Amino acid sequence: MASTLTRADVLRIARLAHLELSEAEVDLFARQLGEILTYAEEVQRVDTTDVAPTSHVIAAGTVWRPDTPVPPLDREAALANAPDASRDAGLFRVPKVL
Amino acid sequence: MSAGPLRDAFASATAIREAIGRREMSAEDACRHALDRIAATDGPLHAFQHVAADRALERARTLDRQAPPGGPLHGVPIALKDNIVVRGVPATAGSRILERYVSPFDATVAERLERAGAVIVGKTVCDEFAMGSSTENSAYGPSHNPWALDRAPGGSSGGSAVAVAAGMTPLALGSDTGGSIRQPAALCGIVGLKPTYGRVSRYGLIAFASSLDQIGPFARTVADAALCLEVISGADERDATAANQKVPPFASLAAAPEGDLRGVRVGVPERVLASGLDPAVRAAFDESVRVLARLGADVRPVDLPHSGLGIAVYYLVCTAEASSNLARYDGVRYGLRAGDASSLDAMYDRTRSAGFGAEVKRRIMLGTYVLSAGYCDAYYLKAQQVRTLIRRDFDQAFATVDAVVMPTSPTPAFRLGERTADPLQMYLADVFTVTAPLAGLPAISVPCGFSEAHLPIGLQLIGRAWDEAMLFRVAAAYEQATPWKDAHPGEASGAYDRA
Repeated sequence: MASTLTRADVLRIARLAHLELSEAEVDLFARQLGEILTYAEEVQRVDTTDVAPTSHVIAAGTVWRPDTPVPPLDREAALANAPDASRDAGLFRVPKVL
Repeated sequence: MSAGPLRDAFASATAIREAIGRREMSAEDACRHALDRIAATDGPLHAFQHVAADRALERARTLDRQAPPGGPLHGVPIALKDNIVVRGVPATAGSRILERYVSPFDATVAERLERAGAVIVGKTVCDEFAMGSSTENSAYGPSHNPWALDRAPGGSSGGSAVAVAAGMTPLALGSDTGGSIRQPAALCGIVGLKPTYGRVSRYGLIAFASSLDQIGPFARTVADAALCLEVISGADERDATAANQKVPPFASLAAAPEGDLRGVRVGVPERVLASGLDPAVRAAFDESVRVLARLGADVRPVDLPHSGLGIAVYYLVCTAEASSNLARYDGVRYGLRAGDASSLDAMYDRTRSAGFGAEVKRRIMLGTYVLSAGYCDAYYLKAQQVRTLIRRDFDQAFATVDAVVMPTSPTPAFRLGERTADPLQMYLADVFTVTAPLAGLPAISVPCGFSEAHLPIGLQLIGRAWDEAMLFRVAAAYEQATPWKDAHPGEASGAYDRA
């Protein structure tokens, strides 16, 4: 069965992903993502009864290190790449939230 | 005319290090040589995103004041893929969203390289956030294959492969998630290694798919790749996935190859090779297997029955992880911010839409979909289960062989522009490279011949977890028995090579 994505599906995903798509992108992604998902459907035909999923490929267990305080990145350096920062207040500025 | 390292653009890292040790040349000489070569050849090739000339020269001069010369890479120039950060140096990861980003910290690999005496000369072009197989997804234009300028160098670490293949630097680092070191190494005719997952710290690697990403070396010889891997390997308390595994003396193992392969069992997964293989790649592969047998290897068939599912599994897993990793690009702490948004949410949406290119958006969308409520079990969980089956195939194969051999890429270098219209076709080119990272295994690509159009072909060896030493042994013996490492681009055409 071929996977099809509607424009509404694409717009819903874009909202979840915080992307604002153009009309042309919505149509293009509906088609391309549908094609890729159709191809990927072959995994659904595999019998995976009692097969554990792999999320970590090398089982390392819990990794420990001594909890030694070290100086963090200083505030000036942390703010240096910000598109809008108040150097004086030492804060990142964003558009109003409410 | 002297063939010393100073005059030879294709001198190995080992030869440069030795010449500096004998005071036949200085670290500054080696650095200037690399910078001159970049200036002379990078116009048409576009391997470099950013050349850090002043920083490199200063560093080289500092090394020259040390007596006696120190580390194993003392004075050796190296290039880093632009998704690996160096303090005070720009890092774009090929994306507009990081156009003006300058890293406030060093990646662990950068720190280890510099501690070993390497001189970082710059950052190389890559597909945006390492998503691609050709460098055509770079927001700053692709690199060009030095063997044929109208062809892709492969990707996503294409710029690093070009820098090494064209003799700009003897070494480079890339990152490999689904083949992004091995495929460009094959298409550019050099050596590229993806280490075992956990061998090398990813602290300071701009994350794409965290269960797969691994940093590794490009070099023109197996011994140089081994030397570089030894320097960058080992546990790191800043990356809990960098495993506490003993780092073998890779450099000395590869520098003195045993010459023959008696007692080494090499598996050929014939079923994996059944379809879609370019005839020149097939011929070069078959001949390579005969060479391995002549060297004494015990060549036998192996079966990897779930390998055909590798691409589907890979693109479900990597896009899911990417959608999560790339959520951090929100226009607040660093990177681009699209102006004039009236609310925080609108600012996020506009910033990400303006900052990401088409392939990155496509993968974020796909990953968001396969993780979304109602679809997660059918796609993401299912892919993780089939990933387990792919791992088990390798476990079974490695019960009877020491390495699995297959081509790196189904075709030689394709033309720039040829595959950009159809993302799925581009993905299918990863058929031989995606399974090793899905299983966490080390894999190396070594040059194994040329097509009729004189485009390089790569041979891939996959090994057991933590057994890069076996890959180096087989690859070094193969390299020694064949002429490929001495073939360099530009010699035939002279098109760009005036250095």
